[in-house]
Amino acid sequence: MSGQDDSSLVRSYVITGGRAKPSRADIDVITLIKATPSNEPLHRLNREKRSIVELCRGGALMTVAEAAGYLNLSVALTKVLVADLVDEQLITTRTSPTSTPATDRTLLEEVLNGLRARL
Amino acid sequence: MGSAPVSKQPIYLADTVQVATKILVAGHFGVGKTTYVGTLSEIDPLRTEEVMTASSVGYDDLVGLPDKKTTTVAMDFGRLTLSPRLVLYLFGAPGQERFRRLWQDLAYGALGALVLADTRNLAESFPVFDRVEEFGLPYGVAVNHFAGGRRFDEAEVRDALDLHQDTPLVTCDARDPQSSTIALIRLVEHLHERAVHQESFR
Repeated sequence: MSGQDDSSLVRSYVITGGRAKPSRADIDVITLIKATPSNEPLHRLNREKRSIVELCRGGALMTVAEAAGYLNLSVALTKVLVADLVDEQLITTRTSPTSTPATDRTLLEEVLNGLRARL
Repeated sequence: MGSAPVSKQPIYLADTVQVATKILVAGHFGVGKTTYVGTLSEIDPLRTEEVMTASSVGYDDLVGLPDKKTTTVAMDFGRLTLSPRLVLYLFGAPGQERFRRLWQDLAYGALGALVLADTRNLAESFPVFDRVEEFGLPYGVAVNHFAGGRRFDEAEVRDALDLHQDTPLVTCDARDPQSSTIALIRLVEHLHERAVHQESFR
Protein backbone atom coordinates (compact mmCIF):
# COMPACT_ATOMS: atom_id res chain seq x y z
CA MET A 1 0.00 0.00 0.00
CA SER A 2 2.76 2.39 -0.90
CA GLY A 3 2.28 5.68 -2.69
CA GLN A 4 3.85 4.07 -5.71
CA ASP A 5 0.96 1.63 -5.98
CA ASP A 6 -1.54 4.44 -6.08
CA SER A 7 0.48 6.28 -8.70
CA SER A 8 0.45 3.21 -10.95
CA LEU A 9 -3.33 3.33 -10.79
CA VAL A 10 -3.30 7.01 -11.72
CA ARG A 11 -1.00 6.16 -14.61
CA SER A 12 -3.39 3.44 -15.85
CA TYR A 13 -6.21 5.92 -15.54
CA VAL A 14 -4.41 8.40 -17.77
CA ILE A 15 -3.29 5.82 -20.37
CA THR A 16 -6.78 4.44 -20.90
CA GLY A 17 -8.57 7.77 -20.65
CA GLY A 18 -10.24 6.60 -17.46
CA ARG A 19 -11.68 3.32 -18.68
CA ALA A 20 -11.39 0.05 -16.81
CA LYS A 21 -13.22 -2.11 -19.33
CA PRO A 22 -12.16 -2.93 -22.90
CA SER A 23 -14.32 -1.56 -25.71
CA ARG A 24 -14.79 -5.12 -26.95
CA ALA A 25 -15.87 -8.12 -24.90
CA ASP A 26 -13.92 -10.60 -27.01
CA ILE A 27 -10.46 -9.69 -25.74
CA ASP A 28 -9.18 -12.25 -23.26
CA VAL A 29 -5.78 -12.69 -21.60
CA ILE A 30 -5.00 -15.51 -24.05
CA THR A 31 -6.43 -13.91 -27.18
CA LEU A 32 -3.82 -14.33 -29.93
CA ILE A 33 -2.81 -11.02 -31.45
CA LYS A 34 -0.62 -9.71 -34.25
CA ALA A 35 -0.22 -6.36 -35.95
CA THR A 36 -2.09 -5.77 -39.19
CA PRO A 37 0.17 -5.31 -42.22
CA SER A 38 -0.17 -1.55 -42.09
CA ASN A 39 2.49 1.08 -42.57
CA GLU A 40 0.43 3.69 -40.87
CA PRO A 41 2.63 5.93 -38.74
CA LEU A 42 2.14 5.32 -35.05
CA HIS A 43 3.13 8.73 -33.70
CA ARG A 44 -0.47 9.68 -32.93
CA LEU A 45 -0.75 6.73 -30.53
CA ASN A 46 0.28 6.98 -26.91
CA ARG A 47 3.49 5.30 -25.88
CA GLU A 48 1.88 2.12 -24.56
CA LYS A 49 -0.30 1.50 -27.60
CA ARG A 50 2.61 2.15 -29.93
CA SER A 51 4.71 -0.37 -28.02
CA ILE A 52 2.05 -3.04 -28.39
CA VAL A 53 1.84 -2.51 -32.15
CA GLU A 54 5.64 -2.51 -32.51
CA LEU A 55 5.91 -5.69 -30.45
CA CYS A 56 3.41 -7.45 -32.71
CA ARG A 57 4.69 -6.25 -36.07
CA GLY A 58 6.22 -8.40 -38.78
CA GLY A 59 3.67 -11.16 -38.33
CA ALA A 60 4.79 -11.81 -34.76
CA LEU A 61 2.13 -13.74 -32.87
CA MET A 62 1.60 -13.59 -29.11
CA THR A 63 -1.15 -13.42 -26.50
CA VAL A 64 -2.44 -10.33 -24.74
CA ALA A 65 -0.87 -11.60 -21.49
CA GLU A 66 2.54 -11.97 -23.12
CA ALA A 67 2.39 -8.45 -24.55
CA ALA A 68 1.62 -7.21 -21.02
CA GLY A 69 4.53 -9.20 -19.59
CA TYR A 70 7.06 -7.92 -22.12
CA LEU A 71 5.93 -4.30 -21.82
CA ASN A 72 5.61 -4.25 -18.01
CA LEU A 73 1.94 -3.35 -18.20
CA SER A 74 -0.86 -4.94 -16.23
CA VAL A 75 -3.00 -7.48 -18.06
CA ALA A 76 -6.15 -5.51 -17.19
CA LEU A 77 -4.74 -2.37 -18.83
CA THR A 78 -3.37 -4.24 -21.84
CA LYS A 79 -6.82 -5.69 -22.57
CA VAL A 80 -8.25 -2.17 -22.80
CA LEU A 81 -5.45 -0.97 -25.09
CA VAL A 82 -5.58 -4.02 -27.37
CA ALA A 83 -9.35 -3.64 -27.75
CA ASP A 84 -8.80 -0.03 -28.88
CA LEU A 85 -6.10 -1.12 -31.33
CA VAL A 86 -8.43 -3.75 -32.80
CA ASP A 87 -11.07 -1.02 -33.25
CA GLU A 88 -8.41 1.11 -34.95
CA GLN A 89 -7.48 -1.84 -37.20
CA LEU A 90 -3.87 -1.85 -36.09
CA ILE A 91 -4.09 -5.18 -34.28
CA THR A 92 -5.89 -8.28 -35.45
CA THR A 93 -6.93 -11.21 -33.27
CA ARG A 94 -6.77 -14.86 -34.16
CA THR A 95 -8.84 -16.67 -31.57
CA SER A 96 -10.29 -16.10 -28.18
CA PRO A 97 -11.38 -18.87 -25.84
CA THR A 98 -14.96 -19.93 -25.69
CA SER A 99 -16.74 -19.76 -22.37
CA THR A 100 -17.02 -23.55 -22.08
CA PRO A 101 -13.76 -25.20 -23.18
CA ALA A 102 -13.94 -27.66 -20.25
CA THR A 103 -16.62 -29.57 -22.15
CA ASP A 104 -14.75 -29.55 -25.47
CA ARG A 105 -13.72 -33.18 -25.72
CA THR A 106 -11.62 -32.78 -28.86
CA LEU A 107 -9.65 -29.91 -27.35
CA LEU A 108 -9.07 -31.87 -24.13
CA GLU A 109 -7.79 -34.85 -26.11
CA GLU A 110 -5.39 -32.61 -27.98
CA VAL A 111 -4.15 -31.14 -24.69
CA LEU A 112 -3.71 -34.62 -23.21
CA ASN A 113 -1.76 -35.90 -26.20
CA GLY A 114 0.52 -32.88 -26.06
CA LEU A 115 1.18 -33.27 -22.34
CA ARG A 116 1.79 -37.03 -22.55
CA ALA A 117 4.29 -36.45 -25.33
CA ARG A 118 6.35 -34.37 -22.90
CA LEU A 119 6.97 -37.24 -20.49
CA MET B 1 8.97 10.19 -27.30
CA GLY B 2 10.06 6.56 -27.39
CA SER B 3 8.18 3.37 -26.88
CA ALA B 4 7.70 1.61 -23.56
CA PRO B 5 10.78 -0.52 -22.88
CA VAL B 6 10.55 -4.23 -23.58
CA SER B 7 11.65 -6.17 -20.49
CA LYS B 8 13.18 -9.12 -22.31
CA GLN B 9 13.57 -10.47 -25.80
CA PRO B 10 10.12 -11.67 -26.88
CA ILE B 11 9.80 -15.30 -27.93
CA TYR B 12 6.92 -15.31 -30.36
CA LEU B 13 4.57 -18.15 -31.09
CA ALA B 14 4.88 -20.18 -34.28
CA ASP B 15 2.54 -18.78 -36.89
CA THR B 16 0.90 -22.22 -37.13
CA VAL B 17 -0.70 -21.73 -33.69
CA GLN B 18 -4.47 -21.48 -34.03
CA VAL B 19 -5.72 -22.21 -30.53
CA ALA B 20 -4.60 -20.96 -27.12
CA THR B 21 -6.03 -22.44 -23.97
CA LYS B 22 -5.34 -21.97 -20.26
CA ILE B 23 -5.24 -23.69 -16.92
CA LEU B 24 -5.01 -21.89 -13.58
CA VAL B 25 -2.37 -22.96 -11.10
CA ALA B 26 -4.02 -21.86 -7.89
CA GLY B 27 -2.66 -21.82 -4.38
CA HIS B 28 -1.93 -19.80 -1.29
CA PHE B 29 1.15 -17.64 -0.86
CA GLY B 30 4.37 -19.63 -0.76
CA VAL B 31 2.90 -22.94 -1.91
CA GLY B 32 5.12 -23.08 -5.01
CA LYS B 33 2.97 -21.67 -7.86
CA THR B 34 5.83 -19.66 -9.36
CA THR B 35 8.19 -22.61 -9.17
CA TYR B 36 5.62 -24.92 -10.72
CA VAL B 37 4.88 -22.58 -13.64
CA GLY B 38 8.63 -22.03 -14.16
CA THR B 39 9.33 -25.77 -14.21
CA LEU B 40 6.83 -26.46 -16.99
CA SER B 41 7.07 -23.30 -19.09
CA GLU B 42 9.06 -23.38 -22.32
CA ILE B 43 9.81 -19.67 -21.99
CA ASP B 44 11.10 -17.76 -18.98
CA PRO B 45 7.87 -17.18 -17.08
CA LEU B 46 6.49 -13.70 -17.50
CA ARG B 47 5.28 -11.57 -14.62
CA THR B 48 2.78 -8.75 -14.56
CA GLU B 49 1.79 -6.50 -11.69
CA GLU B 50 -1.98 -6.31 -11.37
CA VAL B 51 -3.61 -3.48 -9.45
CA MET B 52 -5.82 -4.73 -6.65
CA THR B 53 -7.97 -2.98 -4.17
CA ALA B 54 -7.05 -3.46 -0.57
CA SER B 55 -10.71 -3.58 0.39
CA SER B 56 -13.75 -5.19 -1.14
CA VAL B 57 -14.27 -2.22 -3.45
CA GLY B 58 -14.21 -3.40 -7.06
CA TYR B 59 -11.59 -2.24 -9.52
CA ASP B 60 -14.26 -0.61 -11.65
CA ASP B 61 -15.39 1.52 -8.75
CA LEU B 62 -11.86 2.69 -8.22
CA VAL B 63 -11.31 4.10 -11.66
CA GLY B 64 -11.83 7.80 -11.36
CA LEU B 65 -11.06 7.66 -7.67
CA PRO B 66 -7.31 7.24 -7.75
CA ASP B 67 -6.88 8.33 -4.15
CA LYS B 68 -8.37 5.05 -2.93
CA LYS B 69 -5.88 2.68 -1.37
CA THR B 70 -4.74 -0.05 -3.70
CA THR B 71 -2.13 -2.74 -3.76
CA THR B 72 -0.55 -4.75 -6.55
CA VAL B 73 -0.15 -8.48 -6.91
CA ALA B 74 2.42 -10.19 -9.07
CA MET B 75 1.01 -12.71 -11.50
CA ASP B 76 3.32 -15.26 -13.12
CA PHE B 77 2.49 -17.25 -16.17
CA GLY B 78 4.18 -19.58 -18.58
CA ARG B 79 3.45 -21.39 -21.80
CA LEU B 80 3.70 -24.87 -23.29
CA THR B 81 3.38 -25.44 -27.03
CA LEU B 82 1.51 -28.76 -27.24
CA SER B 83 1.25 -29.12 -31.00
CA PRO B 84 1.94 -26.93 -34.03
CA ARG B 85 -1.57 -25.51 -33.66
CA LEU B 86 -2.16 -25.58 -29.89
CA VAL B 87 -0.55 -23.71 -27.02
CA LEU B 88 -1.36 -24.01 -23.31
CA TYR B 89 -0.86 -21.18 -20.81
CA LEU B 90 -0.45 -21.73 -17.08
CA PHE B 91 -1.44 -18.79 -14.90
CA GLY B 92 -0.45 -18.63 -11.26
CA ALA B 93 -3.50 -17.42 -9.32
CA PRO B 94 -3.43 -16.25 -5.71
CA GLY B 95 -6.38 -17.44 -3.68
CA GLN B 96 -7.29 -14.54 -1.42
CA GLU B 97 -10.69 -12.93 -1.59
CA ARG B 98 -9.35 -9.59 -2.76
CA PHE B 99 -8.03 -11.08 -6.00
CA ARG B 100 -11.51 -11.89 -7.25
CA ARG B 101 -11.33 -9.41 -10.11
CA LEU B 102 -8.15 -11.06 -11.38
CA TRP B 103 -9.81 -14.46 -11.11
CA GLN B 104 -12.67 -13.25 -13.23
CA ASP B 105 -10.24 -12.48 -16.04
CA LEU B 106 -8.29 -15.69 -15.63
CA ALA B 107 -11.18 -18.11 -15.10
CA TYR B 108 -13.11 -17.11 -18.20
CA GLY B 109 -12.58 -19.83 -20.78
CA ALA B 110 -10.10 -21.78 -18.63
CA LEU B 111 -10.07 -25.56 -18.91
CA GLY B 112 -9.82 -25.90 -15.16
CA ALA B 113 -7.55 -25.34 -12.19
CA LEU B 114 -4.77 -27.27 -10.53
CA VAL B 115 -4.79 -26.40 -6.84
CA LEU B 116 -1.35 -26.68 -5.26
CA ALA B 117 -1.50 -27.58 -1.58
CA ASP B 118 1.01 -27.99 1.21
CA THR B 119 0.27 -30.70 3.80
CA ARG B 120 1.89 -28.53 6.49
CA ASN B 121 -0.73 -25.81 5.89
CA LEU B 122 -3.85 -27.45 4.49
CA ALA B 123 -6.19 -24.90 6.05
CA GLU B 124 -4.52 -22.15 4.02
CA SER B 125 -5.93 -23.79 0.89
CA PHE B 126 -9.54 -23.28 1.92
CA PRO B 127 -9.91 -19.77 0.42
CA VAL B 128 -8.36 -21.12 -2.79
CA PHE B 129 -11.04 -23.81 -3.05
CA ASP B 130 -13.65 -21.14 -2.37
CA ARG B 131 -12.44 -19.15 -5.39
CA VAL B 132 -12.21 -22.21 -7.67
CA GLU B 133 -15.74 -23.25 -6.77
CA GLU B 134 -17.10 -19.72 -6.97
CA PHE B 135 -15.98 -19.50 -10.59
CA GLY B 136 -17.21 -23.01 -11.39
CA LEU B 137 -13.83 -24.33 -12.44
CA PRO B 138 -13.31 -28.09 -12.43
CA TYR B 139 -10.11 -28.88 -10.55
CA GLY B 140 -7.52 -31.33 -9.39
CA VAL B 141 -5.23 -31.10 -6.37
CA ALA B 142 -1.46 -31.54 -6.35
CA VAL B 143 0.30 -31.70 -3.02
CA ASN B 144 3.65 -30.02 -3.52
CA HIS B 145 5.99 -32.28 -1.67
CA PHE B 146 8.57 -29.97 -0.18
CA ALA B 147 11.92 -31.47 0.62
CA GLY B 148 11.72 -32.46 4.26
CA GLY B 149 7.92 -32.32 4.37
CA ARG B 150 6.34 -35.51 5.61
CA ARG B 151 4.66 -37.98 3.28
CA PHE B 152 0.92 -37.69 3.49
CA ASP B 153 -1.84 -40.17 3.82
CA GLU B 154 -4.16 -39.72 0.83
CA ALA B 155 -7.36 -40.52 2.71
CA GLU B 156 -6.37 -38.07 5.42
CA VAL B 157 -5.79 -35.23 2.94
CA ARG B 158 -9.00 -36.00 1.04
CA ASP B 159 -10.87 -35.86 4.28
CA ALA B 160 -9.16 -32.67 5.48
CA LEU B 161 -9.84 -30.89 2.18
CA ASP B 162 -13.29 -32.46 1.83
CA LEU B 163 -12.52 -33.60 -1.73
CA HIS B 164 -15.01 -35.45 -3.89
CA GLN B 165 -13.92 -39.04 -4.57
CA ASP B 166 -13.54 -38.24 -8.29
CA THR B 167 -11.29 -35.22 -7.73
CA PRO B 168 -7.73 -36.10 -8.72
CA LEU B 169 -5.22 -35.89 -5.88
CA VAL B 170 -1.53 -36.35 -6.66
CA THR B 171 1.84 -35.55 -5.17
CA CYS B 172 4.34 -33.56 -7.13
CA ASP B 173 7.60 -31.74 -6.65
CA ALA B 174 7.13 -28.33 -8.25
CA ARG B 175 10.84 -28.32 -9.19
CA ASP B 176 10.55 -31.58 -11.10
CA PRO B 177 9.20 -31.54 -14.69
CA GLN B 178 8.15 -35.20 -14.67
CA SER B 179 5.92 -35.19 -11.57
CA SER B 180 4.65 -31.68 -12.39
CA THR B 181 3.60 -32.80 -15.88
CA ILE B 182 1.89 -35.89 -14.45
CA ALA B 183 -0.14 -33.66 -12.09
CA LEU B 184 -1.37 -31.70 -15.10
CA ILE B 185 -2.14 -34.89 -17.05
CA ARG B 186 -4.22 -36.24 -14.15
CA LEU B 187 -6.21 -33.01 -14.11
CA VAL B 188 -6.86 -33.05 -17.86
CA GLU B 189 -7.78 -36.76 -17.77
CA HIS B 190 -10.36 -35.84 -15.15
CA LEU B 191 -11.68 -32.99 -17.31
CA HIS B 192 -11.90 -35.35 -20.25
CA GLU B 193 -13.82 -37.96 -18.26
CA ARG B 194 -16.27 -35.27 -17.18
CA ALA B 195 -16.73 -34.10 -20.77
CA VAL B 196 -17.36 -37.66 -21.98
CA HIS B 197 -19.79 -38.23 -19.12
CA GLN B 198 -21.67 -35.02 -19.91
CA GLU B 199 -21.89 -35.92 -23.60
CA SER B 200 -23.49 -39.26 -22.77
CA PHE B 201 -26.27 -37.41 -20.95
CA ARG B 202 -27.00 -35.04 -23.78
